[in-house]
Amino acid sequence: MNINRRAQQRSVEIVSNKKIGAYHHMVFAVGDMALHALPGNFVAISVGGPGSSMVLRRAFAIYRTHDRGNYGGTLELVVAPHGQGSRWLTALPMHATVDMVGPLGTNFGIPTEPVNALLVGGGYGSAPLFGLAELLKENGCRVDMVLGASSAGKIYAPLEGKRAVNSMTVTTDDGSAGTKGQVISVLPGLIERYNIEIIYSCGPMPMLAAVQEVAQKFGIIHQCAVEEAMACGIGVCMTCVIPLRDANGEIRMSRSCIDGPVMDGANVIWNSKGEIPKGTVGEPHV
Amino acid sequence: MSHMSNFDFATSFNNTSFPNPIFTASGCAGSGKELSQFFPLNEIGAIVTKSIMVKARSGRPTPRMAETPSGMLNSIGLQGPGIDQFLAEDIPFLIKAGSRIIVSIAGESVDDYGSLARRLRGVPGLSAVEVNISCPNVESRGQVFACDPIASRAVVEVVRRTLGGELPIIVKLSPDVTDIVAIAGEVISAGADGLALINTLLGMVIDIDLMRPKLGGKTGGLSGPAIRPIAVRAIYQVHQAFPKVPILGMGGVTNGRDALELVLAGASGVSIGTATFGNPSALMSVKEELKSLLIARGFSSFKDAVGHAHRSENE
Ligand SMILES: Cc1cc2nc3c(=O)[nH]c(=O)nc-3n(C[C@H](O)[C@H](O)[C@H](O)COP(=O)(O)OP(=O)(O)OC[C@H]3O[C@@H](n4cnc5c(N)ncnc54)[C@H](O)[C@@H]3O)c2cc1C
Ligand SMILES: Cc1cc2nc3c(=O)[nH]c(=O)nc-3n(C[C@H](O)[C@H](O)[C@H](O)COP(=O)(O)O)c2cc1C
Ligand code: FES
Repeated sequence: MNINRRAQQRSVEIVSNKKIGAYHHMVFAVGDMALHALPGNFVAISVGGPGSSMVLRRAFAIYRTHDRGNYGGTLELVVAPHGQGSRWLTALPMHATVDMVGPLGTNFGIPTEPVNALLVGGGYGSAPLFGLAELLKENGCRVDMVLGASSAGKIYAPLEGKRAVNSMTVTTDDGSAGTKGQVISVLPGLIERYNIEIIYSCGPMPMLAAVQEVAQKFGIIHQCAVEEAMACGIGVCMTCVIPLRDANGEIRMSRSCIDGPVMDGANVIWNSKGEIPKGTVGEPHV
Repeated sequence: MSHMSNFDFATSFNNTSFPNPIFTASGCAGSGKELSQFFPLNEIGAIVTKSIMVKARSGRPTPRMAETPSGMLNSIGLQGPGIDQFLAEDIPFLIKAGSRIIVSIAGESVDDYGSLARRLRGVPGLSAVEVNISCPNVESRGQVFACDPIASRAVVEVVRRTLGGELPIIVKLSPDVTDIVAIAGEVISAGADGLALINTLLGMVIDIDLMRPKLGGKTGGLSGPAIRPIAVRAIYQVHQAFPKVPILGMGGVTNGRDALELVLAGASGVSIGTATFGNPSALMSVKEELKSLLIARGFSSFKDAVGHAHRSENE
């Protein structure tokens, strides 16, 4: 695979930055970058300003885009203040500019026929699912959504997003919103009730691995957006790799910024952090 | 700025010349394809390809990186497709893109380097070979070649013998040694035409929540601005000892002024690695900034600035 052919690098202006629950909803004026983004794509942002000691880019999934408005094309992100870089970003005022590269990576595939789709999001992983839901709806799909997080403040579900889906189920570990527990516990029931034919997911890796197990049990296709630590986002550093089965059935350490973030869950060798799975091309011979 | 058009930005390594002294750093430019999205590859001196080995390699397990103050640790472990696929796929793309090419090779034994050199013989479109000797030698209980003068010499001799005079050989040294000038002398006398300074320094980060080393490979190579003073020192010392041997300098260059520091210390070319991760067009901006800085300092030719920090007091 190659880098997203539509990727461009530009200086973009922050036109809105609002705290919503545990996250910041940020809007950037990005010009025609907005035209080219598809659900599942991400952007990579340089943080800390010139001369910063933070030398690597930060990756964020694209929440949604608008072609034109008061600010021309805009692109929106949902950012969790996590470490130094994302805190710097979320603390920026209106009209500040940042250096953005995007759109990057693969996008969620849209079925050619109307199907029943279940969208599963963990934490800020819900962000790219709303744009996906709209696209699926336009294609005549039934769209049900499950969002999970540790507590209510970490569920990102704007009102218009909720309206765009046929049903919305929320789970929290502490029971502060929706059903108490994890998203996995409600999946089998939803799959049966809505006769689900495809699952899309985005969230922490252990959640994605658990969703794949359920998808496999039910024999359902599962497209997931993975999250590996990335240094460049553009395919030149080889840090973001994940063991992935290719079309010939060979397992390769594949770059999640280029061959992902959206991957077919059945092709990922899950739970392999800290090891090279047996049979991987070029595995260590000791 | 009126002399801008007369400024001679060209550099050379032995008989091979390059239109400007800005290069990628091995392992920091993918296959070249990815960066071609951001600038035309023929705009830079050359692409230095990621170190290629005899066979395909999966590399190390994840996590493979940790950001550190003004730098990063990486433990990629030389992931790559192996020399055959590399020659069949990556090289033709680079040639088509009009890029000049320096192939970096890495081995686990002296024989590996010999086999790699043999595969490079007669390959059209190559400008030079960079020999990465910062790799564990399986025949010496994993001791890094670059830290062992005898093993370093053996590698360079076999590459020299195999390649003949066909291509300039640039040997890339590790800064993790007590006396880098001694190692440099060893590889020069073994037949190196040029030197690449510096590779990453070995480091470690411990995750204080997991209370274990953060990287899958436990240790990793430190790169980025944090190592720049070490690069400048190493280049300065080696240039002082061997002023006629061209040096490809690297280590933490992010802008024109960083590049100029390495050039003044004695670098005939500057490779940019980690800076590309933070800024895909870093090579272009370093190139333009370096040119302006040299012109502003009254240089009419890049070559006149190489090693200029070594001039005597009354010059
Ligand atoms: C494809 C993709 C999409 C993402 N989408 C979002 C999103 O929509 N909203 C959001 O809030 N976050 C998202 N993340 C996670 C986000 O990139 C990290 O939270 C952020 O990089 C942390 O940077 P920091 O400086 O705050 O933390 P630090 O821990 O200081 O970061 C140190 C280094 O580790 C890397 N890093 C740390 N955590 C992560 C992580 N979870 N994933 C990737 N790299 C990491 C950083 O890039 C940086 O280089 C996404 C990550 C990926 C890979
Ligand atoms: C992710 C990564 C991969 C690297 N891979 C190689 C490699 O394959 N061969 C090599 O000789 N050096 C490799 N290096 C070292 C760089 O080429 C360079 O010497 C070093 O990073 C210092 O330059 P910088 O600070 O500009 O990155 C790698 C460095 C990084 C950060
Ligand atoms: S993040 Fe650098 S290769 Fe994927």
